[in-house]
Amino acid sequence: MPAVSMTVNGKAVTADVDPRTLLVQLLRENLRLTGTHVGCDTSQCGACVVHVDGRAVKACTLFAWQAEGASVLTIEGLADGQQLHPMQEAFRDNHGLQCGFCTPGMIMTAVDIVNRKGHALDEKTIRHELEGNICRCTGYHNIVKAIDAGAKAMAAGGVRQAAE
Amino acid sequence: MSATGIGAAVRRKEDFRFVTGKGQYTDDIVRAGQTACYFVRSPHAHARIKRVDTAVAKGMPGVVGVLTGADLANDKIGSLICGWMITSKDGSPMKMAPHPAIAKDKANYVGDPVAVVVAETLAQAKDAAERVQVDYEVLPAVADPAKAQAPGAPAIHELAPRNTIYEWHLGDAQAVEAAFRSARHVTKLDIVNNRLVPNAIEPRAAIGEYDIGTDSYTLWNTTQNPHVARLVISAFVGVAPEHKLRVIAPDVGGGFGSKIFIYPEEVVTLWASKRVGRPVKWVSERMEAFVADAHGRDHVTHAEMAFDADNRICGLRVKTIANLGAYMSTFSSSVPTYLYATLLSGQYRIPNIYCEVDAVYTNTVPVDAYRGAGRPEATFVVERLMEVSARELGVDPAELRKKNFITQFPYQTPVIMTYDAGNYNASLTKALELHDYKNFGKRKRDSARNGKLRGIGFSTYIEACGIAPSQAVGSLGAGVGLWESAEVRVNPTGSVEVLTGSHSHGQGHETTFAQLVSERLGIPLDNISIVHGDTDKVQFGMGTYGSRSAAVGMSAIVRALDKVEAKAKKVASHLMEASESDIVFKDGKFTVAGTDKSAAWGDVALHAYIAHKFSGAELEPGLKEGAFYDPTNFTFPAGCHICEVEIDPETGRTEVVGWTAVDDFGVVINPMIVEGQVHGGIAQGVGQALLEGAIYDGNGQLVTGSFNDYCMPRADDLPSYKVDMTVTRCPSNPLGVKGCGEAGAIAAPAAVINAVTDAIGAENIAMPATPAAVWRAVQNARPRVAAE
Repeated sequence: MPAVSMTVNGKAVTADVDPRTLLVQLLRENLRLTGTHVGCDTSQCGACVVHVDGRAVKACTLFAWQAEGASVLTIEGLADGQQLHPMQEAFRDNHGLQCGFCTPGMIMTAVDIVNRKGHALDEKTIRHELEGNICRCTGYHNIVKAIDAGAKAMAAGGVRQAAE
Repeated sequence: MSATGIGAAVRRKEDFRFVTGKGQYTDDIVRAGQTACYFVRSPHAHARIKRVDTAVAKGMPGVVGVLTGADLANDKIGSLICGWMITSKDGSPMKMAPHPAIAKDKANYVGDPVAVVVAETLAQAKDAAERVQVDYEVLPAVADPAKAQAPGAPAIHELAPRNTIYEWHLGDAQAVEAAFRSARHVTKLDIVNNRLVPNAIEPRAAIGEYDIGTDSYTLWNTTQNPHVARLVISAFVGVAPEHKLRVIAPDVGGGFGSKIFIYPEEVVTLWASKRVGRPVKWVSERMEAFVADAHGRDHVTHAEMAFDADNRICGLRVKTIANLGAYMSTFSSSVPTYLYATLLSGQYRIPNIYCEVDAVYTNTVPVDAYRGAGRPEATFVVERLMEVSARELGVDPAELRKKNFITQFPYQTPVIMTYDAGNYNASLTKALELHDYKNFGKRKRDSARNGKLRGIGFSTYIEACGIAPSQAVGSLGAGVGLWESAEVRVNPTGSVEVLTGSHSHGQGHETTFAQLVSERLGIPLDNISIVHGDTDKVQFGMGTYGSRSAAVGMSAIVRALDKVEAKAKKVASHLMEASESDIVFKDGKFTVAGTDKSAAWGDVALHAYIAHKFSGAELEPGLKEGAFYDPTNFTFPAGCHICEVEIDPETGRTEVVGWTAVDDFGVVINPMIVEGQVHGGIAQGVGQALLEGAIYDGNGQLVTGSFNDYCMPRADDLPSYKVDMTVTRCPSNPLGVKGCGEAGAIAAPAAVINAVTDAIGAENIAMPATPAAVWRAVQNARPRVAAE
């Protein structure tokens, strides 16, 4: 089986994988980074969103070999130990999660929205940008609030994006 | 109120692990030597299975085993069951057909398992599954419940003529006939309560593991009620004796009812793990979930409401056909009966109610409880009738409701329930104010100037939660009691573990249950752990559904805490050499009345365990107490939801532009979490009303079988919600709580459709009211002019 190499959460990794292995399978099964979730099979739900070279990507849409040489950031790489990223903190403060399953993908998408759209986001923009992430628990109300608060907190903290 | 006690909006204890990706769901667990399995499922809705040839598949790379329905029968693995007996009008028992975990002779729906492949990897299992040869004789199928009983309809199960499971009724038919004869006005409605797919975002999963050393099994499973799963799998399906089966529900990513039931896949992973001698893991794919998870709703109803000359309701009659799918799922029989017809009184004085329900088999996925379970269907019937009646009678829909509200409690309805407390005027009045109802006419005119149709709709719903008094449900056919258990373990250092039979799959029990303990014992939340979801740790419990965890689960914790406090006072009396009757416990401190003697909570806990201050003859060491709490009544959350929509007549697109919810959940433990439950429930209700619908074609193929075809609510389909509360204490439980998990999903569909029909001036719109459906209805209707 061919080897793939990339950087995941700042660490160089290499794995031997079947060519049909998806990036999300590499992360979950080979690297045991199980915070990236699989909620569908049609790239609709967004539970598997990670950042590849600084851009949000659904890890179920990419073969592992397509990320060869890339820098991948997963939910596990967002916090600094016990110190949460401002977006993680905002989700916790605003009750932006219930069962937690869509949450890693939501947070990775949220950070990407801020990276692309800046820190002053209106509700309409946030809701539109979340089109690729499905949550069945929260009705989105508190996710929208959390992203608004997280975006402002990222500005206050000077966080544009985590080191990747 | 303390900063961490009852009523405090504290942040959730569970969230750190979820926002950092450290939650542990079933699919995150890897067992040593684990194999993967993949199910071969019937592509036909109805087909005789003539032959299953596994020879080629067995020789494929990595394959560990291929098992069929014949293997299952040879091993004498029993049938899945439905645990609630419904008796027909004629006294005959419901017709429960056998439900093998793998079909042997006949497949009865698209998705019915016919074989399972176990292999080293999932990819290998899938490759081999393609090589399992099944010879089918395709039979005619029926998917539409309204056609299932027709002469000549395909017969699904021999023991159920006319595909009829039961013909049940509730209420006084003659009294209702008399009421209708004397009525001044009758409103009639034909209603389809659309079939839904629950779609918790975590797909179902199971790992079965057999340990030959102890001859015992472990099942990791996405379940809302691990003990009930263990009971059914041992006592009825017969995979393993109850004491030789451990069921673990780790973090579970949403349930909404769909993870209550005992499904074929978990039975098969357990059974197969012994057959292949290795752990067997199954993780549902999303498209698989569409044909493997129980669906919800699917009622076809005709309903009539009669009014007297003073616009007071004098009668209600309802006839419903309920689709239960191809087999009877775990609690399916109770949903369109005792969870439905018993709520048809709504918030109103209705002296005469009669309801008939026929439950039918069809060649579709089994149907069972989905968020609200029966109560959304009842609310939709009653609240649509109220709105349409108001329009037909030419009165304000809020005023018609007020005129008919129940105002005296307790109130005995004609359909079993005794409402214990409520104030329906209070929630409606508050909602009208919050929503600025009086200026709706102006907003409607503004919309009209922009070429848009604006509508408003109400839903003053009621639900029966806190499920349920065991004796009462037993008398109605339930096969189990619906109490809850709790055990409070105080450690020598004073920290506390609460073991609960409730199960959290998003509800935040680790926080709210800890708030109760913090309030009672005066200790910080960080010193409290809530343990749930493991049959080896927690004594038998009934799990979480029916908005029961606060009303029943927390009440059990209250009872256990009462016992802990009583025992701790005994320990404190020995420690401080005082009479037990003089010991006062407050704010985490024991004092002796009339003295300055005191002992901290931690000191008393320690002394309970070191046992130096009392003899074994006087007091048992330790500080650990358990309780089983059986409620004496259901609880009755109720409230008022108002939906305002704006419709573009050119495109038929409905935008929900305003939502006000005022709910009465009794005492609220954590308002932040309760509001979150309301938000989520509304979203599911709006989804049902505008977006979601499981559609079968005439051959029994599920046309909406993936997230590409089944429209899940997204963030930009929904508004922000105004959520507020009124409080009447629930008199039947120690905390005064009622439950909040299902309210939004129960209230919302009627509010949306009432608003849509108000906007377009036509009543005959089916759910989901998609842009195409609304556009057609607008073309056929003459929209109400905005000059009111």
